[in-house]
Amino acid sequence: MAKPDPANFTEEAASLPRALDYFRTMWRIRRFDETIDELFASGQVHGTTHLYIGEEAVAAGVIGELQAGDVITSTHRGHGHNIALGGDIRAMMAELLGRTTGYCAGRGGSMHIADQNLGNLGANGIVAGGVPIAVGAGLGFHLQGRAQVVVAFAGDGALNEGGFHEAANLAAIWKLPVVFVVENNQYGMSGSVHEMFALSHLADRAAAYGIPGLMVDGQDVFAVAETARYAILKARQGGGPSLIEAVTYRYKGHSKSDANRYRTREEIQNWRKRDPIERVRAHLEGEGVEAAALDAMVAEVRAEVAAALRFAEESPWPTPDTLLDAVWAPAEEGAD
Amino acid sequence: MEMTYAAAVRYALEQEMERDPRVFIMGEDIGVYGGAFGVTMGLVERFGKERVRDTPIAEEGIVGAGIGASLVGMRPIVEIQFSDFIMNAMDQVVNQAAKIHFMFGGRMHVPLVIRGPAGAGTGAAAQHSQSLEAWFHHVPGLKVVMPATPDDARGLLLAAIRDPNPVIMFEHKLLYKMKGEVEESGEALPLGQARIARPGRDATLVTYSFMVHRVLEAATLLAGEGWDIEVIDLRTIVPMDLATVTASVGRTGRLAVCHEAVGRGGIGGEIAARVWESEAFDFLDAPLLRITGLDTPVPYSPPLEQAFMPSVERIHDSVKSWLTREGAH
Repeated sequence: MAKPDPANFTEEAASLPRALDYFRTMWRIRRFDETIDELFASGQVHGTTHLYIGEEAVAAGVIGELQAGDVITSTHRGHGHNIALGGDIRAMMAELLGRTTGYCAGRGGSMHIADQNLGNLGANGIVAGGVPIAVGAGLGFHLQGRAQVVVAFAGDGALNEGGFHEAANLAAIWKLPVVFVVENNQYGMSGSVHEMFALSHLADRAAAYGIPGLMVDGQDVFAVAETARYAILKARQGGGPSLIEAVTYRYKGHSKSDANRYRTREEIQNWRKRDPIERVRAHLEGEGVEAAALDAMVAEVRAEVAAALRFAEESPWPTPDTLLDAVWAPAEEGAD
Repeated sequence: MEMTYAAAVRYALEQEMERDPRVFIMGEDIGVYGGAFGVTMGLVERFGKERVRDTPIAEEGIVGAGIGASLVGMRPIVEIQFSDFIMNAMDQVVNQAAKIHFMFGGRMHVPLVIRGPAGAGTGAAAQHSQSLEAWFHHVPGLKVVMPATPDDARGLLLAAIRDPNPVIMFEHKLLYKMKGEVEESGEALPLGQARIARPGRDATLVTYSFMVHRVLEAATLLAGEGWDIEVIDLRTIVPMDLATVTASVGRTGRLAVCHEAVGRGGIGGEIAARVWESEAFDFLDAPLLRITGLDTPVPYSPPLEQAFMPSVERIHDSVKSWLTREGAH
């Protein structure tokens, strides 16, 4: 496996302003998904959702390295990616509540949030469904001569989908500016990576495509950021794609119906001891930031998410009269 | 200008690549090989390997890459070497391309064209000969184009490329060598406008793609026997020009449908249902007639393959006995 070269790094990922940014972003993700968890648990939201709690360092660390004009494709567990991009949590909350003010006017829900203005080409309800699309975005940038990068987020389960394989090979042979970020949270629904792979390190799959495979502690946002920075810079400079395996863990079940029968409470507790947000907090306190200042930041985030929920709850329900017209993009959108 | 159907497809690709730098083509063996049916012959020499892009054998990957490129401002055209192979890309076609505009609340659109050869008659057997249009017709968000003539292939492909939605164009293999007059202006033909290929008074026969030509031959034979058949070439399956069909049925009082795809679950049933639901029902004097491919995989051996596809003789005989039984005369 290739190693990031610190000489490529222009800014210290652990600098104080960046660390504060990570802390706030990770808390925004966590508080948003905790709120969603409460809404589902109390039956206030229908359908299903996939929570990113425990994995926040991956989205925050990778997306913090992107530049304006770069894009991502996301997954069914995608709230964190959109929040890390600076997505509108009021529109996200409203979408989960199925309201007109939601990102998709209530047509998509949890698994279908996109914000192309921020560079999110879409969450995806199909495992690995976004990966070929990410490679296509990279092909588009290549053909347009633009020095933009695409990050394709995928779970460990996605690595065993054929679409991932086809897309990774396309990116490799065409040297496209794509970084595959595999969020190895240890389980594809109930399927443990130990049962579903004959590999110890998923990053080793990269060798099959002739691209660098990097492994990083996904609970350490600084390490994630450094690794992502290396791969993103390489892609931007024409060096082609890389695959990053971020080793992480989801604290909550796969979706709302999950009774956690395939893992032990002890395992979950052990991972919680390596909490990515607590790690940043310890770092910040070590740098002299006062606990009270951090608590105030958390309180702000809680208030922001609570306000988003109120906004969503007060927003109108959609009416079916616009549905049929919503299927087709009107011709003017395609006009030259 | 007279040219073959294959050349007309190529002509539209050339015109649009010349006009619009966002347009590019990718697919298996479309470069120096020229495509399995020679449709893209010479394009790589003219436009280069970046815009006429040979791909690995990876249909899901290349259709998905087409979607992604379209989302960042390109106008990709993906050639599927035999349209049967689109089965390998169904997730990207059905779960992604068709739904992105709708499920993301209209925030994005997918101006992607997927095109490739369809149909039987070349001895290519069960996995290289299907007519799968009904599958895609069933999925909201996909347009489906099935031109029967060189100029329709040209004009509808131009419209498909300029459309902001994903469009699938099926080109029947037996049409590729057919010659016809082709418009040179670069004007597209509208999607969703059927053509009355032959006016007639006694019955309406709706068809599309290669079967248009067999139906027209059968109609000529029937005309010699005193029956005047109106033949409608749908040209596009989605959107479907139902108004032209119902107006015709209103004049003739009889509806028959002919397509090469297997009958069960086919487009013929959909056309019938929509006519039955329409005001044209009041004018119907006869039961429906469907003339379709058999409910089997496409067989290999020539006599078997010929039996699978509606032949001129089968179309003629079916229509004749239908009209006779119903007492059109």
